[in-house]
Amino acid sequence: MSVSNELTSAQRDDLRIVAAMIVPASDEYKVPGADDPAIQADMLATLGRDTALVAQALDHLAQLADKPLADLDPVRRDAVAQEFRASGGAAAATLVRVVLQCYYRDDRVLRSLGLELRAPFPQGYTLEQGDWSLLDPVKAKPPHLRRAT
Amino acid sequence: MKNDPVDVLIIGAGASGAAVAWSLADTKMHILCLDQGGWMNSSEYPSTGRDWEAKFYGDWSTSPNIRGRPQDYPINDDNSPIKVVNFNGVGGSTVMYTAHWPRLHPSDFKVKTLDGVADDWPIDYDTLTPFFEENDRMMGVSGLSGDPRSPLTRPPMPPQPLGLSGPLIGKAMNKLGWHWWPSDTTVATMDYEGRARCINLGHCTPACAQGAKASTDITYWPHAIRAGVELKTHCRVREILTNEHGMASGVVYYDKDGVEQFQPAEVVIIACNGVGTPRLLLNSVSGRFPNGLANSSGLVGKNLMFHPYAQIYGFVKEPTDSNRAPPTCLWSKEFYDTDLSRGFVRGYGIQFGRGAGPVFEAVASEQKGILPWGADHHRVFRRLNGHRLGVSAICEDLPEEHNRVTLDPVLKDCHGIPAPKIDYTISENSRKMMAHGLARGREILEAAGATDLCINDPIPWGGWHLLGTARMGTDPARSVVNEWGRSHDVKNLFIVDGSVFVTSGGVNPTSTIQAIALYVADQMKQRLANLFD
Repeated sequence: MSVSNELTSAQRDDLRIVAAMIVPASDEYKVPGADDPAIQADMLATLGRDTALVAQALDHLAQLADKPLADLDPVRRDAVAQEFRASGGAAAATLVRVVLQCYYRDDRVLRSLGLELRAPFPQGYTLEQGDWSLLDPVKAKPPHLRRAT
Repeated sequence: MKNDPVDVLIIGAGASGAAVAWSLADTKMHILCLDQGGWMNSSEYPSTGRDWEAKFYGDWSTSPNIRGRPQDYPINDDNSPIKVVNFNGVGGSTVMYTAHWPRLHPSDFKVKTLDGVADDWPIDYDTLTPFFEENDRMMGVSGLSGDPRSPLTRPPMPPQPLGLSGPLIGKAMNKLGWHWWPSDTTVATMDYEGRARCINLGHCTPACAQGAKASTDITYWPHAIRAGVELKTHCRVREILTNEHGMASGVVYYDKDGVEQFQPAEVVIIACNGVGTPRLLLNSVSGRFPNGLANSSGLVGKNLMFHPYAQIYGFVKEPTDSNRAPPTCLWSKEFYDTDLSRGFVRGYGIQFGRGAGPVFEAVASEQKGILPWGADHHRVFRRLNGHRLGVSAICEDLPEEHNRVTLDPVLKDCHGIPAPKIDYTISENSRKMMAHGLARGREILEAAGATDLCINDPIPWGGWHLLGTARMGTDPARSVVNEWGRSHDVKNLFIVDGSVFVTSGGVNPTSTIQAIALYVADQMKQRLANLFD
């Protein structure tokens, strides 16, 4: 059984809705929401060890909503979301983290943030030396090292 | 299955096991090291993939309980506000550390004499000085000699660049008139002994794909193996056996196929650090040693010290180095020494953080409630991401017997060996120290212009430093090993890791742990003719 199949269809629907509540699309920043199909596919494909806690979080969400999130009016949906985050514990935190870790590695999102679309290795990054004269006042002070006797 | 006997058996291939193996190699004795993990493959390290940050929450978590690999063992730390973090494999936790490289100060060895608390060490800073220096050469240290408030060091490589974050911190500290200095680190800032220089992969803790960060799998071990030391991986030691004379006769371990083996040895050296070492000793029960091996004092597992970390961070308008630099670059010893007017005894070091990557920033800020859900998420995230500065007070933890490692009655590892259980509380003295550190951190960050300040008090997954659970001393009733690392009870059993610490100081301990390992090895070499007398 694939990992994505471990969430039910209803759970996947709720995951998509709550993801969009966490990070909605933005025309201003030219980024998709976390309900974007590619980002959702990434989440489902990489849930792995987080599957059980995410499923638990979605069950908790479903209990609070008492119906699919998509069927709630926006005011009620926001209230459910707030209650979910306040009472959901480690499971809710895991769900939010899964959403964010997939969102903030999407090419479109990274491009919007001005970040490069690559792994850190092997190119690395350049670090400027900075102003070493800032250390002069520290050097000017007399040494102080507590004696052992 | 019984193997051919060896002269010296070392348990654990991490920071101290590697150092002691390398040092003893010149004796030409038959030396064997067993480690429960395997060799690392740097091509699999997180920074080689686009999902590098996500890996920190799973396979590359600092928590063995989250990683859950077969080479890790579970730890019941439910009864501790600070969770144990470590790494198991060749290199041990040097594979997964920040490479921050301060030493204990000379005054840290005389806590009882100077401040009337805890106990003095049976050795002093001067005794360890040559071993600190030898270790710095072997590990490859970068830094700036001449820190007026730290012991003199001579790093063979120049310090890390200040980058964008360093000057912001430096200006704030100068405004307050407080000490700061570039950290000594084991990050190579130039090509060094086969290691390539740092290219700022940005997250030193979960292993360095460049090999710029010193971990003992790429520093000590190649030299030790070339000198004839044998290292067997995926071999988990269950217990140390003793003979009719009360001497260690060898160990029982499970090999890579899970087959139980007996390895006879003339000398056994434990290098499993402050949780693994007491776990092994407490699991080594016999008729002669019913309370665990080397435990006539009853102190095996007691006096666990963690270093509670009080962390405060905030966000400045200027860009910081974020994930594009080693995470730590500066330290301060302004509040290191005792000043009773502060309301607590002893003190703390400060280490500064350069920033975080986007996923970490989003997750942490959402959890802290400063990154909202909904339409405003994007605006706020752009203000936070790449603008973080951090201040962490690493507080000296004094030894208390009720802070301890015992064996969990239920939890076991994949070989059925009882797992360690941690019972730990943060002392009132530490609480006051942490509060002081947070208040000073707030002043530093405000001087830097930071807003949206957030606190971790303590850093919950901050149990990096595992110290004190088999302390050294001259009195067998008050210590587990003597002043040169030999068990008071078992004359051919040695301990060389962080568990022998008498007090913790207020700095990262790995440099001192390895200096002690080299010192114990040197003592053994000097006493080979009468090692068991």
